[in-house]
Amino acid sequence: MVGEIRIENVYKKFPNTDPTKEDVQTLNGLSLKVEAGSFVSLIGPSGCGKSTLLRIIGGLDKATEGKLYIDDQEIKKPGSDRGFAFQGSNLFPWLTVEKNIAFGLKARHVYKERKGDVEDFVKLVGLEGFEKSYPHQLSGGMQQRASLARALVGHPSVLLLDEPLGALDAFTRMNLQDEILNIWKKHNMTMIMVTHDVDEAIYMSDKVVVMSARPSKVEAIIDIDLPRPRARAQDTFQEYRTRILNVLNLGGQINDVEYYL
Amino acid sequence: MNKKIYAALKLLLPFVAIAFSILVYYGIKDNGKQKQTAHPYYLWLIGAVGAVILIEIVIGLFYQPIRNRILGKAPFLTGVLVFLLLLNLVTTKTTLLPTLYFPSLDRIVAVIAENKIFLLKNIFDSLKLLAVGFAWGASVGFLTGLCLGYFKIVGYWLNPVTKIIGPIPTTAWIPLALSTFPTTHSANVFLIAFAVWFPVTLMTSSGIQSINNVNFEVSRTLGASTLYQILHVAIPAAMPSIFLGVFYGTVSSFATLMAVEMNGNSSGIGWYINWQKSVMMYDGVYAGLIIIAVICSLTLTLLFKVRDKVLIWQKGVIKW
Repeated sequence: MVGEIRIENVYKKFPNTDPTKEDVQTLNGLSLKVEAGSFVSLIGPSGCGKSTLLRIIGGLDKATEGKLYIDDQEIKKPGSDRGFAFQGSNLFPWLTVEKNIAFGLKARHVYKERKGDVEDFVKLVGLEGFEKSYPHQLSGGMQQRASLARALVGHPSVLLLDEPLGALDAFTRMNLQDEILNIWKKHNMTMIMVTHDVDEAIYMSDKVVVMSARPSKVEAIIDIDLPRPRARAQDTFQEYRTRILNVLNLGGQINDVEYYL
Repeated sequence: MNKKIYAALKLLLPFVAIAFSILVYYGIKDNGKQKQTAHPYYLWLIGAVGAVILIEIVIGLFYQPIRNRILGKAPFLTGVLVFLLLLNLVTTKTTLLPTLYFPSLDRIVAVIAENKIFLLKNIFDSLKLLAVGFAWGASVGFLTGLCLGYFKIVGYWLNPVTKIIGPIPTTAWIPLALSTFPTTHSANVFLIAFAVWFPVTLMTSSGIQSINNVNFEVSRTLGASTLYQILHVAIPAAMPSIFLGVFYGTVSSFATLMAVEMNGNSSGIGWYINWQKSVMMYDGVYAGLIIIAVICSLTLTLLFKVRDKVLIWQKGVIKW
């Protein structure tokens, strides 16, 4: 099985807004291994560098120090083995749904051979009949689906999700959580998701990685040993929730910790 | 039923105005100061307007979009006819305005009708100059804007230069251009190109700079190369702004066209107006102005039609 991510002792510094001052240390020697085919959530106080870590895995940012591997290959830039779903849908407004989804195939010059994939993924996310619509004609949930299809159409072995459902209403959100899980199961892929929502993390993940406040490390990895499909209103959820929140509180000064329920 | 009567009355309005215009034309005695024309051109003109309205009404009986259009336009057209009627009344029937500067409508229409070929040649010359200058200005402006906007380092060094040179009014370059370029024609092309270049450059580069960075990140994760990113993200995302630049450029190219044609040119509508003025033929001046108005307006209409096609994905748009 492919899609294993290994993160070894990664440091990330950002230049200070005042160029004469010290750089800001975000990731502080973070190591993590994500098994192929697992669903892992990254959670932590805001500003702790969850998204930064995800972006480094995606190849959008470079680690200041340390190395990352996907299936023993060092990650240096974005690649077709990793798909990235951004916060908000971020569809290209000038392209139709169909063309948005086909963008990656065209950019990698494989569109001709894999035209059929576009159709398949339109179906997979339930957007038949909206192929020719422009993003502004779709609801938020539909935009997010199209955006997922766009990230998935190249058959990546790892999908990186940066708070993909943050901007959606509760019902659409739950719906899409289930759809993402369906895709995850069906395509046997690794998914790493950054989220602010503890319940979402518990509901979806095999493991929840709790990060500490900046400069951050992995504070705890919590295995969610619940059978799938999971029910949302389980008592055991509360246990996990308490455990995660406890870790978050221990990670720093209680008053400074921000999390969203 | 009431609505039908109301609509019929509305459609009758322009014809009432035309009938009244004819009545005034023949019924009231002329002031005798306007030069007589070979034909009652003004009546021909409003007759043509009436014929077009009539045709639209007939089509409208069977085809609803045209019906809605003509019903909507009828009051406005009536207003135009009434305005012309008043203008004719003042210029031909009274001596309120000096006849030299305010020729009768008959004479203005006569200039266009009787000098068709000569005017067409001048229109063609103007359009050719405009098109060549515009093509140069828009394409060079687009490329410079692209480089300034996309490549930070180019922007850093060249933006200040653009900001100093760009705002210089094109007309201020006329003396220098006329003396440094080998031919007047090439100088004119340069001046028009310059007028288009600056707004297009500015709006292209600012359009690209204001693209949300996430668009580029998305395309990178989807495997886009730099060239692919420029062609398929930067340019389409900046297109609304680029169009705005082209619009400003087009408007300022009209101004420049007139300025260069009135300065040392020997053909073109701008030259024609200037020449007619110098021989005190104000009917020709007005005819020239009308032609320019029509050309400029049509050009902009065409531009906006193209924009509506290209920017079909956009929600809010400027109305023209």
